[in-house]
Amino acid sequence: MTKRADLAKETGEPSQELAARSQTAAPELRREAGAVLRLPDGHVLDPSDVDVETGDDTMIINMGPQHPSTHGVLRLMMELDGETVLRTKPIIGYLHTGMEKTAEELTYVQGATNVTRMDYLAPLSNELVFSMATEALLGVDLPPRAVWIRMLLAELQRISSHLMWMATNGMDLGSTTMMIFGFREREMVLAFFEKTTGLRMNHNFIRPGGTAADLPDGWEDDVAVICDTILERLDVYDELLTGQPIFRERVEGVGVLTADEALALSATGPILRSTGVSWDLRRSMPYLAYDEVDFDVIVGTYGDNFDRYAVRLGEIRESVRIVRQAVERMPSGDYRVQDKKVTPPPRARIDESMEALIHHFKLFTEGLMVPEGEVYVAVESPRGELGCYLVSDGTSKPYRLHIRAPSFANLQSLPVMLRNGLVADAIATISSVDPVMGEVDR
Amino acid sequence: MTDLTGGTGPGSDVPGGGPVPEGVAFAVGRDGGAILFPDRQRYHEVVAGYREAGFSLLSDLCAVDYLAHPGRTLPDGVTAERFEVAVVLVCVARRQQARLRLRVQVPEADARLASLWDLYPGAEAMEREAFDLFGVRFDGHPDLTRILMPDDWEGHPLRKDYGVGRIPVQFKEAPGPR
Repeated sequence: MTKRADLAKETGEPSQELAARSQTAAPELRREAGAVLRLPDGHVLDPSDVDVETGDDTMIINMGPQHPSTHGVLRLMMELDGETVLRTKPIIGYLHTGMEKTAEELTYVQGATNVTRMDYLAPLSNELVFSMATEALLGVDLPPRAVWIRMLLAELQRISSHLMWMATNGMDLGSTTMMIFGFREREMVLAFFEKTTGLRMNHNFIRPGGTAADLPDGWEDDVAVICDTILERLDVYDELLTGQPIFRERVEGVGVLTADEALALSATGPILRSTGVSWDLRRSMPYLAYDEVDFDVIVGTYGDNFDRYAVRLGEIRESVRIVRQAVERMPSGDYRVQDKKVTPPPRARIDESMEALIHHFKLFTEGLMVPEGEVYVAVESPRGELGCYLVSDGTSKPYRLHIRAPSFANLQSLPVMLRNGLVADAIATISSVDPVMGEVDR
Repeated sequence: MTDLTGGTGPGSDVPGGGPVPEGVAFAVGRDGGAILFPDRQRYHEVVAGYREAGFSLLSDLCAVDYLAHPGRTLPDGVTAERFEVAVVLVCVARRQQARLRLRVQVPEADARLASLWDLYPGAEAMEREAFDLFGVRFDGHPDLTRILMPDDWEGHPLRKDYGVGRIPVQFKEAPGPR
């Protein structure tokens, strides 16, 4: 292992923090000025093109990691000229707990409990992508009911996550009414999750091979009530925020990102769609049964804070549409694969059958054996492309699990959005990116 | 990956990926998508070619340490090395949506690779993460610093020879260490 001193010499490894202008090399200044983003394809950067001032009459200020509006432990170092933001550097890692390393120590059966804690506002999406990656390596096909249950839950999860975003975004802009409204509606979805999975978050409900249990009795009525109420309340939101001049003046034209910049910076999800790029994995690369349901991909035009708000608001409506179709078309049958090597036998069978007992014991002590190979699976989480790169060496534990966290990639577009904006608008813009730090730091 | 089918370019087109550059091994992955195995010297050039061809989004970049699993299946002509950098490129153009994966072998003795930052600025954080956790250096990266671990951390924790670490837990009722 390289000594730290050698490492520093070799890589010139400086600190992660934003250095003063006079101590920063020109390439880095240009990068933070977003210069590299505005180059057309095939052009080479000419250093004299960019005006790099090295005066020191600006101020570098820390926002976070304890700032309440940074949604967790995000730390932003900003260079300010008066009230104007010049450069920004997101500094992350305060919530890093080595979950990818932990995943290598857990079996595939236990793995879902680990990944579900990454994006804590959309735990079911994380379980979904992990389960789908494991199933791709195992080569099992799910019964249709399991697929539709997963789709129903994933869409309800999107509704709950976007409602949570509406609430916190409202709070960041000073609308406490919106905060109360958002949490109130989210509560309904969480109550349904609690009834279904037993927990309000970190469900461990979607598992390799299907789901942990079937939907509870009377779930259709619960979901119907949720859909009706939320659609009704969305009209109230429209009245409260969408058409309200104070809100619109606060968000329109603020934090603008162009489509080219968003693509170059690997942004996905509502951020990419707000710039006008119609990229939604549910439509572009359908998984589960998204090719069988009817829904629209919501896109914006200007890529500003208002568009990001409008895209999410529209996505709640589309999710309600998908949920209603799922209720209508929910197939009957098994909610998990009847493969004894993948899913445990029913509890009642264990008392009767020695074989069932052995399978049960093996599955929960040793875990399921996954053939050697590697796979990349991605789903559309509420925040964007949530990918899982899974490498198996043929044992019961993943050899390597990498989660492509949408918030981690989306945070990179923050410096571009904030540039030349006001500090007060920075709060609104950070919120509009919707970063979940648990997922950023993993 | 025992079901690895593929060959070496130029040959048949990979699904959704257009023609394979000459001399680059490719395979079809479990998910039906194409995987290319360019060698380290040609990695940047191959990716630049696909960027021209319309793969405008770098979706993911991560490293894998194969120290404890050297016998993995690779196509003919690809020498297994300790580290591997896995890249996912996406074409978002309407009606040409495609996902292309690349796996590049990086030897332990000289764990460095060309940075994709000049092609995809979004590679910045991902390459920093791969450096931080695996110690793979990216040449041409503007600011190769640690991103998840603290500045003064020693070692690269996701390497297979880096122990998980244990913190001794003191239980209240347990007898003292005397």
